[in-house]
Amino acid sequence: MRIIIAGTGMVGSTFAEQLSLEKKYDLVLIDNDGEVLEEVIDRLDVMAVKGNSASVEVLKQAGVNQAKILIAATDSDEVNLLCCMTAHALNPSLHTIARIRNPEYADQVYSMREIFGISMLFNPEKQAAEEIERLLRYPALLKRDSFVNGKLEIVELKVVKGSPLCSVSLSHLNMIVKCRVLVCAIVRDGACFVPGGNFVIKEGDKLFVTAPANTLSVLIRNLGISKHRSRRVTIVGGSTVAYYLADLLTKDNVEVQIIERDEERAAEMAELLPKAVVLCGDALERSLLERAGIKDADALISLTKEDEVNMVLSLYGNSFSVPQIITKLDRVEDHKIIDSIPMGTVVYPRKLCSSNIVRYVRALYNQTGAATAIHTIADDQAEAIEFVVDSTTQNRGIPLKNIKIKENVLICAIGRGARIEIPNGDSSFEEGDTVVIVSVRDEVIMSLNDIFH
Amino acid sequence: MNYKMMGRFNALILAIEGVFMLPALIICLVGREYSVAMAFVYSMLITLGISLVLFLLTRKAKKDFFASEGLVCVGLSWIVMSLTGCLPFFLSGQIPSFVDALFETVSGFTTTGASILSEVEHLSKGILYWRSFTNWLGGMGVLVFLLAIVPVGGKNEGFTMHLLRAESPGPSVGKLVPKMRKTASILYLTYIVLTVGDILFLLFGGMSVFDAVCTAMSTAGTGGFGVRNDSIASFSPYIQWVCTVFMLLFGVNFSLYYLILLGQVKAVFKSEELRLYLGIVIGSVAMITLNISHAFQSVGEAIRQAGFQVASILTTTGFSTVDYETWPTFSRSILFVLMLIGGCAGSTSGGLKIMRVLMLIKATGRNIGQILHPNKVRKIRIDGQVVDEKTLVNTSFYFFAYMALIFISFLILSLDTPSLLSDLSAVVACVNNIGPGLEMVGPTGNYGSYSILSKLVLIFDMLAGRLELFPMLVLFSKSAWVRRA
Repeated sequence: MRIIIAGTGMVGSTFAEQLSLEKKYDLVLIDNDGEVLEEVIDRLDVMAVKGNSASVEVLKQAGVNQAKILIAATDSDEVNLLCCMTAHALNPSLHTIARIRNPEYADQVYSMREIFGISMLFNPEKQAAEEIERLLRYPALLKRDSFVNGKLEIVELKVVKGSPLCSVSLSHLNMIVKCRVLVCAIVRDGACFVPGGNFVIKEGDKLFVTAPANTLSVLIRNLGISKHRSRRVTIVGGSTVAYYLADLLTKDNVEVQIIERDEERAAEMAELLPKAVVLCGDALERSLLERAGIKDADALISLTKEDEVNMVLSLYGNSFSVPQIITKLDRVEDHKIIDSIPMGTVVYPRKLCSSNIVRYVRALYNQTGAATAIHTIADDQAEAIEFVVDSTTQNRGIPLKNIKIKENVLICAIGRGARIEIPNGDSSFEEGDTVVIVSVRDEVIMSLNDIFH
Repeated sequence: MNYKMMGRFNALILAIEGVFMLPALIICLVGREYSVAMAFVYSMLITLGISLVLFLLTRKAKKDFFASEGLVCVGLSWIVMSLTGCLPFFLSGQIPSFVDALFETVSGFTTTGASILSEVEHLSKGILYWRSFTNWLGGMGVLVFLLAIVPVGGKNEGFTMHLLRAESPGPSVGKLVPKMRKTASILYLTYIVLTVGDILFLLFGGMSVFDAVCTAMSTAGTGGFGVRNDSIASFSPYIQWVCTVFMLLFGVNFSLYYLILLGQVKAVFKSEELRLYLGIVIGSVAMITLNISHAFQSVGEAIRQAGFQVASILTTTGFSTVDYETWPTFSRSILFVLMLIGGCAGSTSGGLKIMRVLMLIKATGRNIGQILHPNKVRKIRIDGQVVDEKTLVNTSFYFFAYMALIFISFLILSLDTPSLLSDLSAVVACVNNIGPGLEMVGPTGNYGSYSILSKLVLIFDMLAGRLELFPMLVLFSKSAWVRRA
């Protein structure tokens, strides 16, 4: 299956990396910049075409006629749209995916989809903002991924010193948290594995816990990490993500303060966000943060363009003991280093949207039984995937204890109707059920039948 | 430098080489040449044994592999492959001196076709087959073969690009399709189909099966190891024409065949490189025919002889049907110039490559224009596409390195002093992977009389020429032998 990716910026090259990991697709990249392309060719088994991705000639060179999917991820929304339209005209059976991030187009995206015949639109900045907003609702969690229409959550918890979870074996976990949860993956010393019942939790572990959404607050309370919801938020950097986030938060009556260095951009933000307080200045000056009242803030969110600045800002926040800190990173991705620096939750905009794209691509690759949601967890070492059980699924109606399931795959939850069940040996799949599994990334689970031995 | 991973690659290459000795062994057994058969058995055991040991030693190889490793690995693997590939010649006693056996093998793998033997007809059939087979395998490259059959895992799969780039000739090597494995398979399939076509045409001309297979394999790799002492001269005119046409076909960029397969025939004939290639062929044949026609009974025969020699030299095959040493100086000079040019990029031929010549001609023309009008901005285009300035600079450097290699080797060779022209043409014929040169190393001569030092220099020249210099030259760089860059 041929996939064309137009634009090999940060987002485009992340897609290329993710998709080439699965080794099933023929990837063709288009970019104006020959040097960037050369760098990617040297790294990944892909083909590259240099040129303007909206031009017919270039698209033909990239083999648009044999392609099944085109992902337009250049810096310009307009080029992306034109690229998708041109490609669609050349190959009407092509599925096109475009990145549209300008807030001015945000309200018209759904109509754009129909008018331009685009199969899917994505907006990394908006998605990042939504992710951060979700994190702000539960300040104790490092990361949240929702499944089964928001009825199930997989949350990331770090076991800190003095946590009631230290030296508890997993089979006793339910007695402490007093609700039904399942630890589906653990990261210890950088390595990820699916734990067994007699696994003992240690300080420094990162747990990935599956829990029905309605038990989340019970879980947090019983772990003694309950924090009140962030009501006073300081955002540093007036980026597009900041705009989307501030917009979401102010609509929810959260007090938002934005610090932006550039005068013009600060004025623009003030114009766009009447309810937010916009400060113009360099947040790296400690005194500015202090004057802005950082000590009373519930959350500090670093969203400037530079990773280094964001990291330092979050360290500042830490020294002011801001309860919740969120750091946006674009480039740095060494999990060992990131874990060793106290900078709260880390959000990667470019990765957030890539799991949606991967899901879309996989769905086209194997028409039936495709995943309905995919989230990468455990420092990118595992995938949590949601499937719907249909008539092609094997082993329906058989208790799980009688089915051989692949190693490194764990069934986390079965959703039936309005109920969510954390499965045990007697549970079974029925047609229409929603199943969430976690697989440590050795092989790609494309459909539910792939989990059986 | 990830030496373990390099070891692993070499283990795979040796395994492939060992397995490929099997047909030669079978031919020996069928022909009841038992002593040579034993030589093949020992060679296979040694080759596969080394492969196994390397494999066991490199079980825990880390998978990070980058451009630098790829380049060094290509250079090393060709040396290793040649060292084991010469074992059948040496162990069977058919070529008693090890350096001579190595020379013959390197000459085979690099598709040079230069021989130290004056007599090939008395050689065993198995050995003759192996000689021609080295031409065939070396033509498209063993690493390309490896890429086609072995899935190379790991996160940084892009490094395979460096292997392809290092082994395929031409200034800018690209993939035909997004997947490396498929690209390599397409290249090899095209190669096999063309070779089989050649065999069929030769059989039709009444050649024996063995001769047809060997000749076709030598033609395909543009190698030039013949099965007779007089190369192709004693075969019928029909066979000589078949060889001429197929030599020219194998000198064409293989991606053009893929374009034909895709139905883009128009684009093929618009290719400037192909046009220049055909232009050079037709022009040279015409000039030589005029120059030599008086020596032949008919113009037809003169055209056939001129055509065969031009095709053979330009595509760097090195077959011959006539002793062109007896030709007038003008014709010999044309052949000498053709030696330096070589075939198209992305073919199995050696030499500087038509593509580079084309770029250098255009760049020189532009620079002359800029001397007159310094403010003029002009881009160089080939097939309508702008050529990167970086590619042009690289091509100029390549040209310098190529000339430097020729002259340094020439100086070393002249210590032997057969004659100035012999030495120069020997170096040129080896660097460009042609085979026969002029005078002493002409079509009737051979390289047997050179000293060991000269032979070693020529061995290096052949390898450097086949791999387009840099994979061999980096082996002399200190940074290829230290763990950190």
